[in-house]
Amino acid sequence: MHPPVSPVQLSGGTVAIGGRPILRGIDLTVTAGEFVALMGANGSGKTTLVRTITGLLPLTSGELRLFGTPLASYDEWSRIGFVPQRPGASSGVPTSVWEVVASGRLTRRRLLRPLSKADRAAIDHALEVVGLADRRHDGVTSLSGGQQQRVLIARALAGEPELYVLDEPTAGVDLPSQQALAEALGRLKAGGATVVLVAHELGPLAPLVDRAVVLRDGRVVHDGSPLADHEVHDPSFGESHSHHHHANESAPSARHDHAPHLDSPVDRT
Amino acid sequence: MNISFWELLSLDFMQRALLAAVFTGLAAPAVGTYLVQRRLSLMGDGIGHVAVTGVALGLITHTSPTWTAVVVATLGAVAIEVVRAKGHTNGDVALALMFYGGLAGGVLITGLGGQSTSLLQTYLFGSITTISPGDVWVTVALAAVVLAVCLGLSPQLFAVAHDPEYAQVAGLRVQAYNLAVAVLAAVSVTVAMRTVGLLLVSALMVVPVATAQQVSRSFRATLVAAMALGIGASVGGLLLAAYASFSANVAPGPTIVLLSLGGFVAAWPLGAWLRSRQRLRAPFAPGEPAAHEVAGHGEGHDHVHGEDCGHLAVEHGDHVDYVHEGHRHAPHGEHYDEH
Repeated sequence: MHPPVSPVQLSGGTVAIGGRPILRGIDLTVTAGEFVALMGANGSGKTTLVRTITGLLPLTSGELRLFGTPLASYDEWSRIGFVPQRPGASSGVPTSVWEVVASGRLTRRRLLRPLSKADRAAIDHALEVVGLADRRHDGVTSLSGGQQQRVLIARALAGEPELYVLDEPTAGVDLPSQQALAEALGRLKAGGATVVLVAHELGPLAPLVDRAVVLRDGRVVHDGSPLADHEVHDPSFGESHSHHHHANESAPSARHDHAPHLDSPVDRT
Repeated sequence: MNISFWELLSLDFMQRALLAAVFTGLAAPAVGTYLVQRRLSLMGDGIGHVAVTGVALGLITHTSPTWTAVVVATLGAVAIEVVRAKGHTNGDVALALMFYGGLAGGVLITGLGGQSTSLLQTYLFGSITTISPGDVWVTVALAAVVLAVCLGLSPQLFAVAHDPEYAQVAGLRVQAYNLAVAVLAAVSVTVAMRTVGLLLVSALMVVPVATAQQVSRSFRATLVAAMALGIGASVGGLLLAAYASFSANVAPGPTIVLLSLGGFVAAWPLGAWLRSRQRLRAPFAPGEPAAHEVAGHGEGHDHVHGEDCGHLAVEHGDHVDYVHEGHRHAPHGEHYDEH
């Protein structure tokens, strides 16, 4: 067993993409066993923050420690299970559900070794937790959006990590699938896993959340008890565009989306 | 000619050609599967054009064109990969630059060296029956290396191509694996150069994969089927060309490619039928309609739906809906409900 060291410690984290500052002065410590929801409007930096935590984006300044180790020297990637946003475009070659989930086992496999019994058991277990054991031989593209999202969760699960990082697992997912998702995440939480997830709205996940971190324009504006969905979009957090339009609301697009466009070959991330 | 088809096959040059065809047919689709998975189907073509310059360099310096082609093709493949990785969406522009630069450079250098382009042409369109014993062993060895890497590292290569960001968070060195695929592609281009030629090489990498994925549902099945189709096309095409050579001048390279394409044309309707069948049989989203509506509006429904009634039965929650003429009929007691 590992001592209960904080899985994520980000202090003074600043991130710029293509020279544009996206996150500024973020302090975020996630303790073991916590279920944290990162919330905020589109363009507030939620996704940038999870991509920073997982090491996909470099920090401009500040320090990130994963399980107590600075990112530069961190190599225990099997302790982290990343669930990216469901890719819009499918891969060029048909891929079965089982194959996607099995690739989650790579964090624990050595080069040129076949799957062990333990590997196969972990893959089967992951498929059962998300309720897709009967679809294992089906092509991923034949599944619904919510089922594809559950496949990605099963992939992370197969690696048996301690920290799960999920980027918008409920976006564009129908309600029955959101409930199946909440059930799967509830089982992870009951098993002692640490969960950090990005959500625009919590929906059925709300009862699981221990702590909500709300971002606005690249800064943390709330860190504490979970908020109801309407509170996140409260005008006091400065959000000008939300699902609740008011009659006296001025130009809803006054605040620009901060997502940068990386089209030119001279741009660097 | 006074020899029979079987006597032709027993000749040394024919046996060398068959050996080269077997290994090329296996290796090219193996790499091709990863290229297609990453939506880089034309990369083999780009590398093939760059390799033309390599062959020309070999011809004017009187060194082995195979080895100069391997070196130049590898450099070109790495350049394509680097521009693709750094330039985000503009990978196709990098490919285009390689296409034209490679081909123009090759033809120019061949001319400068005073060589006729007919020698270059044996590399552009393949001349499997003129392959020398030394070249056969180089082809076999390089193809074996490509196969070993493609199959041995398949879990890693699959994960990197399927979802690069996930692979990076899983601790895999994504850039190194991407470069490895580029180098493998370059090597298999030069391996297939003598068989189908540099301008047709991409066909042997991509067409068997396109054929295989018409009917397969998994990556592994696609890979294995593409390799089987590749070997079928290359050996079958060579035998076909040899058989036809008694009555006409039939080049093996184009025969192999056309046979491979013929396989795709045959498999495509089957794939289209399977896909539409799957779409029709996909379960309806669970949930009952708000109102209870009896099919037939009280006039009754004189047809009894069942196992063999000829109407499509689609899963809907805990029961089955029968689909006909735009309606979904679910059995309910003595009648059918509109769902």
